[in-house]
Amino acid sequence: MYTQALNSPEEGSLAEDAVRASRFQARIDAEERIEPNDWMPAAYRKTLVRQISQHAHSEIVGMLPEGNWITRAPSLRRKAALLAKVQDECGHGLYLYAAAETLGASREELVDAMLAGKAKYSSIFNYPTLTWADIGVIGWLVDGAAIMNQIPLCRCSYGPYARAMIRVCKEESFHQRQGYEIMLTLCRGTAEQKAMAQDALNRWWWPVLMMFGPPDQASQHSDTSTKWKIKRFSNDELRQKFIDATVPQAQYLGLTIPDPEMTQDEQGHWRHGPIDWNEFKQVLAGNGPCNRDRLAARRKAHADGAWVREAAAAYAEKRARRQMAQAAE
Amino acid sequence: MTAPSIIVSETPLVLYTLRRADDALILGHRLSEWCGHAPMLEEDMALSNMALDLIGQARELYGYAAKVEGRGNDEDKLAYLRDVRQYRNLLLVERPNGDFAHTMVRQLFYAAFADLYWRGMMGSTDATLAAIAAKSEKESAYHLRHASEWVIRLGDGTDESHARVQVAVDDLWAYTGEMFGADDAERGLIDAGVAIDPTMLLPEWLSIVSHVAREATLTLPENDWMQQGGRDGRHSEHLGHLLSELQYMQRSFPGATW
Repeated sequence: MYTQALNSPEEGSLAEDAVRASRFQARIDAEERIEPNDWMPAAYRKTLVRQISQHAHSEIVGMLPEGNWITRAPSLRRKAALLAKVQDECGHGLYLYAAAETLGASREELVDAMLAGKAKYSSIFNYPTLTWADIGVIGWLVDGAAIMNQIPLCRCSYGPYARAMIRVCKEESFHQRQGYEIMLTLCRGTAEQKAMAQDALNRWWWPVLMMFGPPDQASQHSDTSTKWKIKRFSNDELRQKFIDATVPQAQYLGLTIPDPEMTQDEQGHWRHGPIDWNEFKQVLAGNGPCNRDRLAARRKAHADGAWVREAAAAYAEKRARRQMAQAAE
Repeated sequence: MTAPSIIVSETPLVLYTLRRADDALILGHRLSEWCGHAPMLEEDMALSNMALDLIGQARELYGYAAKVEGRGNDEDKLAYLRDVRQYRNLLLVERPNGDFAHTMVRQLFYAAFADLYWRGMMGSTDATLAAIAAKSEKESAYHLRHASEWVIRLGDGTDESHARVQVAVDDLWAYTGEMFGADDAERGLIDAGVAIDPTMLLPEWLSIVSHVAREATLTLPENDWMQQGGRDGRHSEHLGHLLSELQYMQRSFPGATW
């Protein structure tokens, strides 16, 4: 569904071939794309594997909160649309694992790290989907925030990631419109439906703002990602863009942003009140409302499917052996 | 306040269409339960895809049933506001997903039938049913290929997978006979060329399933006792739970638009 600026500290780069490193940086500066077989600094590779795999994990874990409503969607049209959407997220995950594999990491090792709780995924999916309106809000705001994060990634210096993002962004913007349309239907519906929409906005608003990562002044992030043109805008810049785009949409719906301090400044920007960064820290540390449930669900699917994957491998091996034997006859 | 069930005027064509619509919806719903929980991401994709095909078939069939009935019902009322006794699907499709072997065997049994059935229905004298059949046949052909490949892989895979898929075959076999039945209400439609005679499909179905079982090193059960009742609304205990989930929103918020 989207990537999150988690701001893990960069490792200091090892003593690399200085000539190749400066040639590499010159290509980045010239806006050239780096491709899998090109030389790249080890730290660049490592940063990308981490970011792309976190992004992939987020897509896969992100299937769970929305999947929670597939069997209860309120109409056949909504059921089909939601199922197709969650299926898209799965496709994004697969696509991103494939992008990470171009950097020499295997999907198995990346997934294992996630299941072991060693790799991160987006904090937003550690919140529960309690009502149908949550499905609307996730499309509208969570996918909306994802698009803000991902549009700049379409120009990321690493070719396979940038190209993956182009396709992903197209689908995400469709999801975002779909989510907004769910909200519009709720807000034009009965008083009960409108209350459901407002309640969902109240619960998701602050966690969505946290999706952009810690504020710039508190960020321990080095500027390597910026220098490498993996990251093109700061967390606060993206958050502000998102808020400015979203406030008028909420007004159109007739919903209230749950931030009494929200005011519009002279430049027309909507300025938000203080974000509870302690909550963000807690969710990242594993203490969000659903962290344990999400990991448990992924672990269960993985463990329950082990015999199926083993059977598929065993059958493929048997078949190859039979074909060899036949060819030898 | 909860929304009450609707009353459907089940003329032979309405009933016939509803039965197929219910098959598609219930199996689509079951497959959708896998989304996010499948043994590998590729299967999350594939099972969701097949669920979408089936839900799409159900929508077209419900739409047609509502039109033929002509009493102001629509796809959502038919899906969400009929209780368990009003549902007309085969017992096979409401069987719980169980493990992946159960799901794949259920898919094999149903898709092998559906593919033959829809191919035959392409020649229906009812233009709408013939058009739905043309689309559904393509989808069923893929579902059959997918399920056959998996049953073979599991049957001829490891000892564990072989044992699991054999149990699934044994468990689900008794629900296959119902696919080939036709009651008096359907006889008239068969005579008029609107419907095909499902009993005619049995030999070819058996040949397809036996071929897959042979490849998979599985044994088909000797027991020929077949469970019946779904077509008349006599279901297993499982369907009520499925419907309480499926219908929760429409039942809880009467008259709301979503």
